[in-house]
Amino acid sequence: MKRLANLPTGILLFILLFVIIFPFAGLPLYFTHTIILIFIWGAVTTAWSYMGRFWMISLCHGAWVGIAAYITVLLFNFYHLSPWVGMWLGLLAVAIAAGVIGYACFRFGLVGHYFAVTTLVVTELVALVIIAFRDITEGRLGITVKPLGTAPLYFQFESKVPFYFMALGLLLLSLYIWRKIDQSKMQKALTAIEEDEVAAASIGINVVRNKTTVAVVSAVIAGMGGVVYAQYIMYLNPVTTIAIGASLAYVFMAIVGGMFTLWGPLIGAIIITGLQEYIRITFGTVLMGWAWVGYGFIIVVMIIFLPKGLYGTLIETLHKRRMQKAARESATP
Amino acid sequence: MLEVHSVSKYFGGLGALKEVDLRVNEGEFVGLIGPNGSGKTTLFNVLTGVLKPTSGKITFMGHDIIGLIPDKICHLGIARTFQIPRPFKTMSVVENVMLGVMFGGRYSTRSGEDARQEALRCLDNIGMKVTEATMPGELGVAGLRRLELGRALATRPKLLLLDEVISGLNAEEISEATSVLKRIKDEMGITIIWVEHIMGPLMNLVERVIVLDYGEVIAEGTTSEVSRDERVIEAYLGAE
Ligand SMILES: Nc1ncnc2c1ncn2[C@@H]1O[C@H](COP(=O)(O)OP(=O)(O)OP(=O)(O)O)[C@@H](O)[C@H]1O
Ligand SMILES: [Mg+2]
Repeated sequence: MKRLANLPTGILLFILLFVIIFPFAGLPLYFTHTIILIFIWGAVTTAWSYMGRFWMISLCHGAWVGIAAYITVLLFNFYHLSPWVGMWLGLLAVAIAAGVIGYACFRFGLVGHYFAVTTLVVTELVALVIIAFRDITEGRLGITVKPLGTAPLYFQFESKVPFYFMALGLLLLSLYIWRKIDQSKMQKALTAIEEDEVAAASIGINVVRNKTTVAVVSAVIAGMGGVVYAQYIMYLNPVTTIAIGASLAYVFMAIVGGMFTLWGPLIGAIIITGLQEYIRITFGTVLMGWAWVGYGFIIVVMIIFLPKGLYGTLIETLHKRRMQKAARESATP
Repeated sequence: MLEVHSVSKYFGGLGALKEVDLRVNEGEFVGLIGPNGSGKTTLFNVLTGVLKPTSGKITFMGHDIIGLIPDKICHLGIARTFQIPRPFKTMSVVENVMLGVMFGGRYSTRSGEDARQEALRCLDNIGMKVTEATMPGELGVAGLRRLELGRALATRPKLLLLDEVISGLNAEEISEATSVLKRIKDEMGITIIWVEHIMGPLMNLVERVIVLDYGEVIAEGTTSEVSRDERVIEAYLGAE
């Protein structure tokens, strides 16, 4: 990625302006709700792609989202600890868990699908533990955050507007970190590692440390997404926020949008979240099953035919066109 | 500088290295020869931390290096080339070498433009003529072997392990490559262990030869001593 966006600055400013006035435009609340979800999932998916773009396919980002969210909510429900404080404990737990699991995997050279499968086990285990301790966590039924109405000190708001801006802030933070990593020395190290770990190590690149670092950063941002989500929805469920389905959703979003570009994961989040919400609303309960089959089908087709994702493929095609045009122009004197 | 004390490496029942003892002094140019499968590459893998020896002791400049991870060993000052070149194919030749510059030193602060300049100097130094856009895929064998050398040198090693840097090259390329090696040794003062099957150039250049056969050191000495050694002749004739 060269410039901020590969998008002209004018368009970017327009989008920014639009995004800021959006929640005040008097549109149906439902739109704002969908946009908030898109921001949150966009942030988490972008964080997922910090690793994904180097082919570290994590299937446990649902666990990072869930661990941070559950710890924050449980500390509040049981000890009345403000989520503004509790979230840091949640994020610390996520950082430690991701660090330990990442270190163990990378130290023993688990790459490719071995890594993916290991993380899948992690996410299922976390979900199972939460289900097992149902006296505390309410198990499969899911846990509800004790409502206080509007209580800014306790991260609770009746209006959607504060959540809108918090989710937007998180998304921008996540994109910003993507860029920071992309411009850093670590990006070079990880690219080399992805290609050939032995060769990378032979020239002094610390394989385990670089991979673990990026895994921890990615997990912590995902955890932040979990906290905002929990406070916004006021409800958490181990199956729908942590287990395999939830973890896979991030992978789908990243793949559909394109995980090698800055905007790809966000665009994937827009498409998939939009699609999910559309299906939920339009097809109601009767046709819902079929709609989900269609959704799965679309994703499989995209993975096969557009491995770089919609946005990634678009950018690549435009780039090629430009190159061809330049070549033609330089050929004709 | 480098001391290897009765190092063994077994792959299951197969002894790739058996009680190997050797030492290399600072500033030496040592040739390491032996028939196919005699354990030369395995010795390099053990020295660079890619493989952990089954037993034995290795010290490099006073550090016990067994059990250290490869990047630590690189930071201590051992660099190596790979027998089968392993360039980073998605990066240009210059970028490959830049990575060596950026990550090779323990406290390397070099990055960006500074590293690029250093990489270009390094490539120039070994007589490699490429543009910024040249990709490893465009290089022939000679170019790939040269790139291996450049990337290793970029880490500023004290000891350089060369695994067949002239095999597959034609006569002209060989003479070019050997003059580069001579320069590395004489002008940069880097200690070298050179593994090679092509005897002529090796014997001309190195000061001392170590011969491995079935994972054992069977001879050691000056080139003329070794080429008269009966066990060496037998090992090579036996292998052929
Ligand atoms: N990773 C490994 N696993 C199992 N066996 C191995 C491994 N690496 C090497 N070997 C075996 O160890 C022995 C020594 O191999 P090595 O590659 O060190 O020989 P070499 O002297 O470098 O040979 P060449 O001249 O053909 O490169 C061989 O028999 C080889 O098959
Ligand atoms: Mg070999």
